[in-house]
Amino acid sequence: MANRALGAPRLTGPQPLSEQAVAAQSKAQASPIIQAGDSRVADRVFFFAMLACALSVIAIVCLIVYELVTKSNLSWHAFGLKFFFRSEWDPVNDQYGALPFVYGTVVSSALALLIAVPLAVGVAVYITEMSPRWMRGALAFTTELLAAIPSVIYGLWAIFVLVPLLRQYVQPFLAKYLGWTTLFSGPPYGIGMLAAGIILAIMVVPIISSITREVMTAVPQQQREAVLALGATRWEMIRTGVLRNARAGIAGGVILGLGRALGETMAVTMVIGNRPEIAKSLFAPGYTMASVIANEFSEATGDLYLSALVEVGLALFIVTIIVNILAQFLVWTVTRGTPARSHA
Amino acid sequence: MPENVMLPADFADAPISIWRRALNSAVTAMAAGAVLLVLLPLGAVFGYLLYRGLGSINWAFLTQIPKPPGEPGGGMANAIGGSVYILLIASTFGVPLGIGAGIYLSEYGRGTRFGNLIRFTADVLNGVPSIIVGIVAYGLVVLSQGHFSALAGGVALAIMMVPTITRTTEEMLLLVPQAIREASYGLGVSRWRTTLSITLRTATSGVITGVMLAFARVAGETAPLLFTAFGNQYWNWKMNQPTAALSLQIFTYAISPFDEWHRQAWAGALILIILIVASVGAVRLVANRGMLKGAN
Repeated sequence: MANRALGAPRLTGPQPLSEQAVAAQSKAQASPIIQAGDSRVADRVFFFAMLACALSVIAIVCLIVYELVTKSNLSWHAFGLKFFFRSEWDPVNDQYGALPFVYGTVVSSALALLIAVPLAVGVAVYITEMSPRWMRGALAFTTELLAAIPSVIYGLWAIFVLVPLLRQYVQPFLAKYLGWTTLFSGPPYGIGMLAAGIILAIMVVPIISSITREVMTAVPQQQREAVLALGATRWEMIRTGVLRNARAGIAGGVILGLGRALGETMAVTMVIGNRPEIAKSLFAPGYTMASVIANEFSEATGDLYLSALVEVGLALFIVTIIVNILAQFLVWTVTRGTPARSHA
Repeated sequence: MPENVMLPADFADAPISIWRRALNSAVTAMAAGAVLLVLLPLGAVFGYLLYRGLGSINWAFLTQIPKPPGEPGGGMANAIGGSVYILLIASTFGVPLGIGAGIYLSEYGRGTRFGNLIRFTADVLNGVPSIIVGIVAYGLVVLSQGHFSALAGGVALAIMMVPTITRTTEEMLLLVPQAIREASYGLGVSRWRTTLSITLRTATSGVITGVMLAFARVAGETAPLLFTAFGNQYWNWKMNQPTAALSLQIFTYAISPFDEWHRQAWAGALILIILIVASVGAVRLVANRGMLKGAN
């Protein structure tokens, strides 16, 4: 391992290879024909084992679809498509409608994107185009550290830090100056849609900014130089030379963030208030599709109750899948043709 | 793309006017402000974790099981143990499957339609919300066992590990030059042996990076454990019994009305984050020293 100590990249280091090769060679010389006969069987076995692993990925997705579809069957037959347009959620009388959850998921995610997108794009622009070179790696690592914090810790922090802050300072302020919009009215509980939107925003910023950085890096350097040569300022260069070329990929990053926000469970469950109501004010408590499953699934007693919860899950699954596929397609349209980068 | 063609007329008012200069500075300031605003919650989260967590971690916390609600003392030893146990089960299923699928993609599925299908499916699986994975593990394991169980929690987390490991393994194996494989074939080494002892071994540090990233990602997961592992106030090492997990315990304690439990939730969160940051940090170290650097 002397070459590693010298800092030589292991990939090009011939040392471990030659050991292997020598061993293989001596074996091959010992009985080349038998070796060949053996390896044909072993190769097939190995191939099928690897194929089975690969197929298991498809099997898992099929299993997810199967479980969700069969287990939500009961609710689907009882309520049909109207399930998503009814706002009644009454386990006692076995009446279920998912509208409040759909509303809560849509509003909290939209709020999150509204806050997160400008921030994330700003961060990506600063890191790739403006920051001094030596700060770049450290900044990228630090912002991505936000993505490594588990959802439940964000929830914990939100309950004990963010929510009191909102209740005491932010919400009275918003109510005083923006109360007339009715978006910021009602008693300042702290918990509610606004808190959920803010904590979601913090959680999706690293996703959107890392994809945005990736697509901005994929824009050829000549593009930047050409625009600068025409006399543009740095911001004009970024706007016309980089952002305009990367916009499809940035849209992909935003949609990927949306996918995360839609399915995010724990942090939202801890601060949104968990009340199946549709309120106009962002101060009011709400409920999301993922939260209702988290809170009620293990306590759901009736078959129809359980089935209704699984149907909420199925709807969430379908929406996030569509959103993710769309996002990947958009990112791909910008980054294709550039060499694959590892996401480590 | 005509919109990409810049005409000198677009910047006709050269030399650069004060207005354009000011706009440039304003945007730079806004971007820097965005960075600060994003780093603020990061600092606040870590600051609070240390501030509330450090004072609460003590010997009892690390060695005792929870006391009844409201009573002071007790700890999360069973939850820490349970988390490790569930993660071990998850890795037992998830790591070989993920690496195997990654090997298939890079060694047999390059550019084939079937390979693309697997790749696409793995990416789809990566985007499935964790709570949905919980429902599926519930249907598969809990219903057939008749219990909430450590096994069900492990299966749920394994499902979440597979796509990450598959894709990083594939990427890392693709970085291994074709000539190395051919040299091995040329010496008469069989294909499976080449794959395992030459290709996979050359990419070892990269593959480990993928495994650690997947591990760090699922270590803090709570949603898929809610109705699979379920949680437990006592020790449990049986596969088919409800088991405590650190993340579940943090959740239960955080939403409880007891100050003592809030304190312990912060301590648990600090332990969890240390676990995760340590594995991500280890990844950085491996990635910077190993083949990744040479390959990029």
